[in-house]
Amino acid sequence: MARILSILVGLFFTAALAWSFGKGAYTQITEPPAVTVEHEFHLLPKHVRFASDGAFGKFDRQQLQRGFQVYKEVCSACHSLSHVAFRDLAQLGYSEAEVKAIAAGFQVAGTDPNTGEANMRPGTPTDYFPKPFANDIAARAANNNAVPPDLSLMTKARHDGAAYVYSLLTGFQAQPAALLKEFPDAKTPNGLHYNPYFANLNLAMAPPLTSEGQVTYGDGTKATVDQMSKDVSAFLIWTAEPSLEKRKQTGWAVLGFLLFATILGYMSYRNIWAGKKH
Amino acid sequence: MSFPWANEYQPSHPFMKWMDEKLPLPRLVYNSVGSGYPVPRNLNYFWNFGFLALICLVIQIVTGIVMAMHYAANTAVAFDTVEMTVRDVNWGWLMRYAHANGASAFFVVIYIHIFRGFYYGSYKAPREMVWLLGVVIFLLMMATAFMGYVLPWGQMSFWGAKVITGLFSAIPFVGEPLQQWLLGGFAPDNAALNRFFSLHYLLPFVIVGVVILHIWALHIPGSSNPTGVEVKSESDTVPFYPYYIAKDGWAVGAFGFLFCMMLFFFPNALGHPDNYIPANPMSTPAHIVPEWYFWPFYAVLRAFTQDFFFIPAKLMGVLAMFGAILVWFFLPWLDKSPVRSGSYRPTYKKFFWFGLIPAMLVLFYCGGAPAAEPYVMMSQLAALYYFAHFLIILPVVSAIEKPLPLPYSITEAVLGKDEAAQLAPTAR
Repeated sequence: MARILSILVGLFFTAALAWSFGKGAYTQITEPPAVTVEHEFHLLPKHVRFASDGAFGKFDRQQLQRGFQVYKEVCSACHSLSHVAFRDLAQLGYSEAEVKAIAAGFQVAGTDPNTGEANMRPGTPTDYFPKPFANDIAARAANNNAVPPDLSLMTKARHDGAAYVYSLLTGFQAQPAALLKEFPDAKTPNGLHYNPYFANLNLAMAPPLTSEGQVTYGDGTKATVDQMSKDVSAFLIWTAEPSLEKRKQTGWAVLGFLLFATILGYMSYRNIWAGKKH
Repeated sequence: MSFPWANEYQPSHPFMKWMDEKLPLPRLVYNSVGSGYPVPRNLNYFWNFGFLALICLVIQIVTGIVMAMHYAANTAVAFDTVEMTVRDVNWGWLMRYAHANGASAFFVVIYIHIFRGFYYGSYKAPREMVWLLGVVIFLLMMATAFMGYVLPWGQMSFWGAKVITGLFSAIPFVGEPLQQWLLGGFAPDNAALNRFFSLHYLLPFVIVGVVILHIWALHIPGSSNPTGVEVKSESDTVPFYPYYIAKDGWAVGAFGFLFCMMLFFFPNALGHPDNYIPANPMSTPAHIVPEWYFWPFYAVLRAFTQDFFFIPAKLMGVLAMFGAILVWFFLPWLDKSPVRSGSYRPTYKKFFWFGLIPAMLVLFYCGGAPAAEPYVMMSQLAALYYFAHFLIILPVVSAIEKPLPLPYSITEAVLGKDEAAQLAPTAR
């Protein structure tokens, strides 16, 4: 009885699935889905190496400082960095005085100690990076109806994050003629910019890094677009995970200990079971 | 509740004697995981996964309690409090990664544990109750993991919650009011986040309770074993301590090594990047996917694309998704074969290795893939096999299959001969 019932229930589900499969297969044959422009022209991020890659990876602090400079002078005009505090910059190798000076260079929201009214005051190391726009509406109004995303976690929030940021920054180009020939309706709309590394190929951000020497590096590194893009990507790896170095170092210590403990455990297992066939 | 040859607890120290009279807790430990619990001597490494699951549960509870100390269940700050924990709490990043990857490790272990049960027929009499409680634990784990994933209030948290709670709206008549009642609103919001946090903290302790029942029920017949032949004599068993404590001990080390490799070197490999974007009800992610451990069942849900007679496709999908797990409850009565172990069931074994396992892997793959062809068609075929396997093939195979001859006893299986077998040759 239980078996008959079970077979009936089984037939019910399998019949429903076969029906779904049949209809799906039929549609697939009679109306094959059209190839989309994204499918044809979207590119995966370029291959790029960073000092922090790999199991022994460490940040290149000089590069992080350069990347920070790019963020400060270029990106911060539109993009917030809300999870990072000025005090965190000490990890990039800045001295206490330098951190204070950097913080003081930003105006943050404060309260007038005499009147209690809202005002703007120079930042201190305990403050977080201020947001460039008062709210999303203001951000949209100034950016062709797109909100520039916060960059703190950007390299974790995209597949292959740092390579994606680097590819996007260096990937702006004119729309390929082949694309327009195959998809005449897919012309990049006014105010958007073609970039094959962006999911839907057209993004509201104008190319932010356009010319060599756009920032002047203090350490004499030549500020090519490629270099600046790499540096700011490296910086964003750090903002997304300041504990990256500590994580990897701790990992080796933990794995070393576990290997030792596991070998001991295995040896005692062999010892205890010796002579006991199983 | 044990074998007559089990060692008896004999406290020697006066304090332990005193304790044994007032509260025989040491006796309970001795009889549960000590020398007083005889276990089949022939268990293979698949039998380590129950112990590993317990370790995972402990990891999740410990790291979870620490995470909860720094978390605020409020949609305005939930995402930020998790980030704050990672950035500004001492070893907060370790707690967070351990908790997130710990959930994955728990499911890896539990899937192996469950499929061990499928292959070796662990669900059969006299262990039906162990199996039923195990399925309850799995359902509780899924509920806990789902709600836990909502707590950081990232994009996938929000949209995952929206899709999964939206399933309730497929129930005829009461669906929508039920969904609103469960969420405390029309969409996941502060009310939902708060109750998810409350339940996410509660359910692990419910799991602990059911785990205790699971182990209790297991200790009545004792552990099953790879031959599926029941324990007959003392030479079939070894005491849990020191034999299996030592074996589980080194297995925990090996598991810990693999787990820490993920945790310290690929901590985000199993997560979805979108969950590092704060929840935004106005912006739908391109592909909404749950965590990997839900993929097979998510694939089943999405495999039903056509209305079936008067039943809408969505309702069919929901029924099938829950049915795919609920069918496990009936396994002890669907599989009537008197032989437990798949090793002695040539036909069942083929269906297990060339049917169920590939179907499950395809469902895993398709559940994480976009809802487009060919993934939908692949998952339809795999889901079709899945239901056929449990509901049609298993009952039929168990009725017509001719099993291989079983060893007389575990001892015979291990040593090639058993003295007792010569005395009772007809018992074969």
